[in-house]
Amino acid sequence: MKTTLNIALPKGRLGEKVYAMFEKAGFPCPEIKENSRKLIFENEELSIRYFWVKPSDVAIYVERAAADIGVAGKDILLEYSPDVYELLDLKTGICKMAVAAKKEFRDNPKKTLKVATKFTNIAKNYYDTLGRDIDIIHLNGSIEIAPILNLSDVIVDIVETGTTLKENGLEVKEKIVDISARLIANKASYKFKNEKIDALVKGLCKILEENSND
Amino acid sequence: MLSSLSSLYEQNGYNRFKMSKFEEYDLYVKNKDFLISDNIITFNDIGGKLLALKPDVTLSIVKNVRDEDTLKKVYYNENVYRVSGATGAFKEIMQVGLECIGDIDTYLTFEVISLAVKSLLKISEASVLDLSDLKVLSALLDKATESAEVKKQIFKLIGTKSAHEMDKFSSQIDAPYLAAIKEIALLSGSPDAVLGKLKDILNGLVDTSVLSDLESLCALLKANALDKNVRIDFSVVNDIKYYNGIVFKGFVSGISKDILSGGRYDNLLYKMGKAKGAIGFAIYLDLLEDLQNETQPFDIDAAVLYDENSDLVTLSNLIAKLNGENLSATAIKSLPEKLKCRKVYKINGSEVSILEDNA
Repeated sequence: MKTTLNIALPKGRLGEKVYAMFEKAGFPCPEIKENSRKLIFENEELSIRYFWVKPSDVAIYVERAAADIGVAGKDILLEYSPDVYELLDLKTGICKMAVAAKKEFRDNPKKTLKVATKFTNIAKNYYDTLGRDIDIIHLNGSIEIAPILNLSDVIVDIVETGTTLKENGLEVKEKIVDISARLIANKASYKFKNEKIDALVKGLCKILEENSND
Repeated sequence: MLSSLSSLYEQNGYNRFKMSKFEEYDLYVKNKDFLISDNIITFNDIGGKLLALKPDVTLSIVKNVRDEDTLKKVYYNENVYRVSGATGAFKEIMQVGLECIGDIDTYLTFEVISLAVKSLLKISEASVLDLSDLKVLSALLDKATESAEVKKQIFKLIGTKSAHEMDKFSSQIDAPYLAAIKEIALLSGSPDAVLGKLKDILNGLVDTSVLSDLESLCALLKANALDKNVRIDFSVVNDIKYYNGIVFKGFVSGISKDILSGGRYDNLLYKMGKAKGAIGFAIYLDLLEDLQNETQPFDIDAAVLYDENSDLVTLSNLIAKLNGENLSATAIKSLPEKLKCRKVYKINGSEVSILEDNA
């Protein structure tokens, strides 16, 4: 029986970078490079199918086996704890999850810390380990303005270069965890499409090794 | 499916365990970690005692084990009430399972695992049972580190096969042990392919006699030609507070997560004050819905239209005749817009005519 390997990639720059790695690892699908608005691309010869989805949705597709494997940021995996295998660190899309605040901010342990973030679980877990009482304010975007408008004391967010923070008068106070793109696999698919997934993992490992030697 | 599983278990000497829908809340609070989810539906009975709709069956079976029972082999099919992860709402889940409680030896372990394999095969030929042994993992981790927190994190990483994340423990775990743990996390394959490798990995680090349970179990499975769908995979990491020894999870192609889960849980019995061993598994039958992907082309095989002038004997005879041909038929006065019928009949007086034939 021919089994197609379904691969969910995050739409955007990271997805394109990751696709290049997959292609080099022996899983090409030339159609994907044509500029079109299609979301699904198939290489029937190799029985692989790629599709672009919203980065934060990749883990959902994989957990529910609509995709056998996918690439998701560690931030998403930490936030939603999907029941999947995390097979590889692809060492790309590197950034960090950090606590940021106004430059002059000093934590006052006598009062509840107000934290604005998109990543409520990560923030909660982090402050739990510190035993710090916090009030979480869930925001969906423009997190940086929360401290400026005194909506919150600090923010927990992804920091890549720190430029956005700096331009808004904020700075990183503590790093929570390093983030990068991870290869994830559905636990059932891993049993039934093992050969293909294994071949991909080996191919990607080789590329990662070459990259680290450069 | 249910009856074929029940007869499989009964053939092997397992008796049906029947229980009521509710149990005292206390039982679940004391063993909260054993349950998959914390949320339990509770209510007061007439006397003010707090009761709960059962979220689990195993605890009730264990509670009912008496010291004088030598060996208890039971199976159950019961509804349990849990919060479903996706919707965050309570769901009634049909669960079938089997427990063997008493002095558990190699044969009984084999018996339960072979029943798990056979249950999966009844669901689908394309099924896999992942086998792991927590005793092996514990032996290795106990030697690798003393920190309970590190052990907990390593267990979690083995569960997601994330060897790449383990390097951060390089200062706490000696290099040869860390390398072995990383290799074991990625191991996955048939017993024949994996057991030898496993021995090589553990050699010199722990006493390899710890593998004897797994080895004799796999040998028995092989001798009974049941090893084809069995894989050894240490990513099955059930909670070690309750489970010890062999643990396993079953997967069926087309279902996104494990449909069968089980293992050796002597620790639970010990916690409940019973000096016995136990092994068992549960199958989550609600997941079988995922396998039914085909859409039905018709709602019903035949609709028979009649009115005040129709001869009711003709009508009843036609329905009986269609039912006799194993076709579904409904007598109806006017056709609902959305009903898709294979054939539409009309009774005019005692005349039968076919109005539509979509077959």
